[in-house]
Amino acid sequence: MSATTALRSGSARRALPGLGLSLGVTLSWLGLIVLIPLAALVIKPWSLGLAGVTAVLMDDRVQAAFRLSFGAALLAAIISLPLGLLFAWVITRYRFPGRRLLDALVDLPFALPTAVAGLALTALFANNGWLGGPLAEAFGWQIAYRPVGVLIALIFVALPFMIRSVEPVLRDLTLEGEEAAATLGATRAQTLRRVVLPALAPALITGFGLGFGRAVGEYGSVIFIAGNMPMSTEIAPLLIVVKLEQYDDAGAAAVGLAMLVLAFVILLALNVLQRRLRRGRA
Amino acid sequence: MSVATEDPPWARRLLVTLAILLGIAIFLAPLAAIFTEALRRGLAPALEAIAEPDALAAMRLTLLVAAIAVPVNAIGGVAASWAIAKFDFAGKRLLVTLIELPFAVSPVISGLVYVLIFGAQGWFGGWLREHDIQIIFALPGLVLATTFVTFPFVARTLLPLMQEQGREEEEAAATLGAGGLQTFFRVTLPNVKWALLGGILLCNARAMGEFGAVAVVSGHIRGATNTMPLHVEILYNEYMFVGAFAVASLLALLGLVTLGAKALLEYWTARPMGVEA
Amino acid sequence: MTRHPLARRGFLAAASTLAAAPAFGQSAPTLLNVSYDPTREFYRAFNTAFTAHWTGGGQPRPTISTSHGGSGRQARSVIDGLAADVVTLALAYDVDAIAERGYIAPDWQRRLPENSCPYTSTIVLLVRRGNPKAVRDWGDLLKPGVSIITPNPKTSGGARWNYLAFWAWALHEPGGTSATAEQAVTQLFRQVPVLDAGARGSLTTFAQRNQGDVFLSWENEAHLALQEFPQAGLEIIYPSLSILAEPPVAVVDRNVERRGTKALAEAYLQHLYSPEGQQLAARHHYRPRDRAVLAEAGARFPAMELVTIQDAFGGWAEAQRTHFSDGGVFDRIYRPGR
Repeated sequence: MSATTALRSGSARRALPGLGLSLGVTLSWLGLIVLIPLAALVIKPWSLGLAGVTAVLMDDRVQAAFRLSFGAALLAAIISLPLGLLFAWVITRYRFPGRRLLDALVDLPFALPTAVAGLALTALFANNGWLGGPLAEAFGWQIAYRPVGVLIALIFVALPFMIRSVEPVLRDLTLEGEEAAATLGATRAQTLRRVVLPALAPALITGFGLGFGRAVGEYGSVIFIAGNMPMSTEIAPLLIVVKLEQYDDAGAAAVGLAMLVLAFVILLALNVLQRRLRRGRA
Repeated sequence: MSVATEDPPWARRLLVTLAILLGIAIFLAPLAAIFTEALRRGLAPALEAIAEPDALAAMRLTLLVAAIAVPVNAIGGVAASWAIAKFDFAGKRLLVTLIELPFAVSPVISGLVYVLIFGAQGWFGGWLREHDIQIIFALPGLVLATTFVTFPFVARTLLPLMQEQGREEEEAAATLGAGGLQTFFRVTLPNVKWALLGGILLCNARAMGEFGAVAVVSGHIRGATNTMPLHVEILYNEYMFVGAFAVASLLALLGLVTLGAKALLEYWTARPMGVEA
Repeated sequence: MTRHPLARRGFLAAASTLAAAPAFGQSAPTLLNVSYDPTREFYRAFNTAFTAHWTGGGQPRPTISTSHGGSGRQARSVIDGLAADVVTLALAYDVDAIAERGYIAPDWQRRLPENSCPYTSTIVLLVRRGNPKAVRDWGDLLKPGVSIITPNPKTSGGARWNYLAFWAWALHEPGGTSATAEQAVTQLFRQVPVLDAGARGSLTTFAQRNQGDVFLSWENEAHLALQEFPQAGLEIIYPSLSILAEPPVAVVDRNVERRGTKALAEAYLQHLYSPEGQQLAARHHYRPRDRAVLAEAGARFPAMELVTIQDAFGGWAEAQRTHFSDGGVFDRIYRPGR
């Protein structure tokens, strides 16, 4: 690392020392905590053989759990889109009493332990709970121990990701674009649709991805409210626990690996979509 | 111009009302439910449940686990952000993706992988037994699972800020003859200290509240390997609902303190912190 | 920087815990009892009694810890290396699973009296105040509109006993065959709205969350529910026939040899058979083996026709393979939402 190399490469950046140390720390940290353990997950299922892994994944109960976990997580992320936009919009654009409190409150699911959230949601939405009771009486709806209970728990964990992804973009979005649109005679609705929404799109996708990723794997807050019925309200992470209890390590790892791959593919697709959008705007 | 940049008053009022109502239903109601259930029979039984020896042991364990997992992730997160933001090298995108990977992994899987490796039937099971080392169902397993789950928090908070700040100041320091560590402690760290603190807060909140991953590796031994969230579940399963919600309240309070501290940090630095894009 | 001292203390404590772990058995003796869900209250009382008994004999005071959870999950943890000195689980199948991996000698069931089952229990029906659905016996469960709460037989030992008790009753009915029993069980599980993973979660669903009309329960759990939820006014119904549930206990040989706790662990299990242990079991609504203690308890344990798993199903291994293994009868009949 001498001045000559820096000169030869024509870049002053090489002069900054510390790459070796920081990259070394990073890679050992990443390797020990994440990569080696995940390698075990990738290797373990194949002790069943390809046919065995396929049999585990094609099982009706496993398929039902995947449909629920991924379906409910996608739905939760979709519902979080308008909800997150609403919260982010109100917090950044309006001044009203309690705004600061609301701003702090939306982070609650980040800070609340998932098991505590699960207990709280069950207490709220059970037939004798504050919200579950009136809903059951007025409409005959049952929420706890049904797939919709799973959905509510997942919205609770996914929503803050959406709000916190959109909010900084909304804050940085200058009013100039909107003003320009107005000068050109656009109505408010047109301005929002043509100017504001496209600017927010990449952030919405990020929030969608983060919320979805978190919701798919969520365990603590769901198992209390789900009822855990095989084929109907049993989530995929619970299935892993159940398989472990039946001394089926490889089966558990197969379900875990499939979850990981599926989640990764969906997140990758979102990433590609986001990059396209960004490029389209630039 | 006001037509297109300002929402009509009725829309304003409608949106604010809607947000407040939803905020109460989604965020405030669960919080209120925890505290109400805890105080159902008054303050004394709730305090008793918190002061019970098993609960205290769970608290000590939770704090100890966080006290190891959070610094590990803070050091790793700082090193990773520094390397990624200040240098060019091949495979950077991949590195960022890998660091974020634990976000997409179910907590249950994070517990499972350590069982596959360190369990008696796992890769190192036989070796560990020969040498009388207990990893899972003991402190090291709890720490590993917690570290995995909270892995990306610090890096994710620091990285956007460090990328935005660029390299000029560090390069200037290097040109003036400062070493790597010196540059880091004198130039970079002061620039990112609040964001670092924010990331540590979030990391810590998640570390103390983690349930799924530690449930798999804990063994649930009362007074020994039960963390606070697991203790909540145990009390709940023993029909001690007041106790369960009392300990849950304590955890919720810790969460609220975290939020308060984070809000203060953001107020001082006028910069939102969190797992942003 | 303020974090630094705290973090260092954390590392030191971690290191000392690690270092101390292998040294356990030598100084202050510790004993880990890995048990299943419904025994929490019983073993809490028994641990105190045993500690007094053990120190009374001039031995140093042991620290006894317990771990509770679904029987299958607990067995699984021991297999994965949870350092249990003794296991006190819900079914022999789970202890066999541990024995299969070499942790326990294969002849464990012959090492203690009564097939290593110091107390027994059975499955009863728990109904709501005034028994509104008029449930008197297993057959009433199949009446339309009766909704039943039981945990998942795949994960809960108690739920397997529930299932087998009902199956045994169906076989015992006039004209009962395994085909009619399978039909009856299929119908039963159509009427189950929530299937928790363990007995404890299931009872909470029934008693606290007001789901279902009948809860299939361990006899001792049913009594506990009456105590814990007095305002709910729950009632216990004893069916005409049920199953003799025999929860087994065993010393985990490999762990006690390594930790040097063999004598302590054996004395612990032996004490379960002593009059004091038997009385404590009876007080927590486990049926004692000791006839004198059973007679003393009198009407607390109504006489019922109880079939054993050996007679009705040819033992646990057979029952597990036929009914609960992947692709077994339970998987075949359990198809909610179809």
